[in-house]
Amino acid sequence: MEPDLTFIERVSELSHQNVSRCYYCLRCSAGCPSAYAMEYTPAQILRMVQLGQKDALLRSSAIWLCIGCETCGSRCPNEIHAGAVIDALRQVALAEDVSPAEQSVFKLHVAFLDSIRTWGRLHELTMILQHKLTSRDLFSNLDMGLDMFLKGKIHPLPKRIQGISEVKELFELGDEG
Amino acid sequence: MTRRYAFYPGCTLHSTGVEFGASSELVCHALDLEMVEIPDWNCCGASSAHSMDPTLFLALPARNLAQAQEVGLSDLAIPCAACYSRLAAADLALQQDGAFRAMMESVLDFEYEGRVRPRNLLDILANDLSGEALTAKIKKPLDGLKVVAYYGCLLIRPPEYTGRWDDPEHPQTMDHIIELMGAEAMPWSYGVDCCGGSLTLNRSDVVVHLVDKLALAAHEAGADALVTACPMCMANVDGRQLYRGGPPLPRPPKPGYQPLPIFYFTELMALAYGLSLKKVLAKHLVDPRPLLGRLALV
Repeated sequence: MEPDLTFIERVSELSHQNVSRCYYCLRCSAGCPSAYAMEYTPAQILRMVQLGQKDALLRSSAIWLCIGCETCGSRCPNEIHAGAVIDALRQVALAEDVSPAEQSVFKLHVAFLDSIRTWGRLHELTMILQHKLTSRDLFSNLDMGLDMFLKGKIHPLPKRIQGISEVKELFELGDEG
Repeated sequence: MTRRYAFYPGCTLHSTGVEFGASSELVCHALDLEMVEIPDWNCCGASSAHSMDPTLFLALPARNLAQAQEVGLSDLAIPCAACYSRLAAADLALQQDGAFRAMMESVLDFEYEGRVRPRNLLDILANDLSGEALTAKIKKPLDGLKVVAYYGCLLIRPPEYTGRWDDPEHPQTMDHIIELMGAEAMPWSYGVDCCGGSLTLNRSDVVVHLVDKLALAAHEAGADALVTACPMCMANVDGRQLYRGGPPLPRPPKPGYQPLPIFYFTELMALAYGLSLKKVLAKHLVDPRPLLGRLALV
């Protein structure tokens, strides 16, 4: 695949991070909790952005395995927040209809945001049901979920906030951008 | 003298983090801190908004800052580490990004005054009150309780959002409170390591791996429990020691693995202050009552 040499500009602008400052010291990747499960570590991701490896990045699992814990960003000697760069990569992947490599992670994000759009706040039970249906994974985590439900930590019914129309407007801002 | 704060509970404080909500209410009341809940708040967007949408992840918490301005108090107390991080990020964007501020002011019909400061509850309890004020209410020091302070990721990171009320690599605020309450804060190297919270439902393999590391490190440090200030850490470290994902087959725990209870720091304060936590402690997934019973703390 031909490198896309304009990609670094797009990602830098969207993430507000100066990706070209990375000199590959690997502090980000040494501290990253999910690096062991990623096919590209955070430092490799930054390098691939520099080298215009857009397709490989947008199709990777790695961009969906970043937890957003900010270990990388707090430790970078060049003040690059790799987490913000990875957020931008996910956002570009979605904008360009690249199917996320980690479908279950993606569908949980969708269910989470749908919950906010519908109720204004997170309602765990309906979010989990939506995630189970959309990811076709009905039986995972039932043990933990039941324990929490029986202890009153998951409410059966959602409540809607009064300002829900304002929250819906906030969702539309993103649709236009 | 009563100190007053605007208060953003966030979605978990009455649900999966109910122990945090109940214990912080008890502790704030005991310390004469009045928490005024901001009207009609919404979810901060958590990990999902910033993963998916370049505008929404700041817009959702910005609405809460607009709502908080209506309360008319200067400090906004936020117990959840993740909510705190999101609201601090939005406040920074409103201060520094004129175009974003103009868009939010127009959509939300408010004028950003920049006088509401998002602050974490741990910062408030440890830094607005003197050591004497914090220890004056102690009825039952937590003698014999050995714990590790587990700060996790977003409570003190990144420093651009937190303003460095504690060191991002070697925080001490929670250790200080633990020691004031009479418990022992054991030194360990995992205090700022992430538990994997946002992947708990969909990549439980990753999360179990991270939680195992934390629990084993806490064991090795000689601790009988972990102490957190974050409802995501609580749900994850509490739940994933017991419920290890699957089906098809849950991974077997490592030999010698004993699930460790995890407390909110406010629960330890409430215990030391002699406040009743009977119902609250019963909601933990790893039951902390046998440990507290052995040490005659309940």
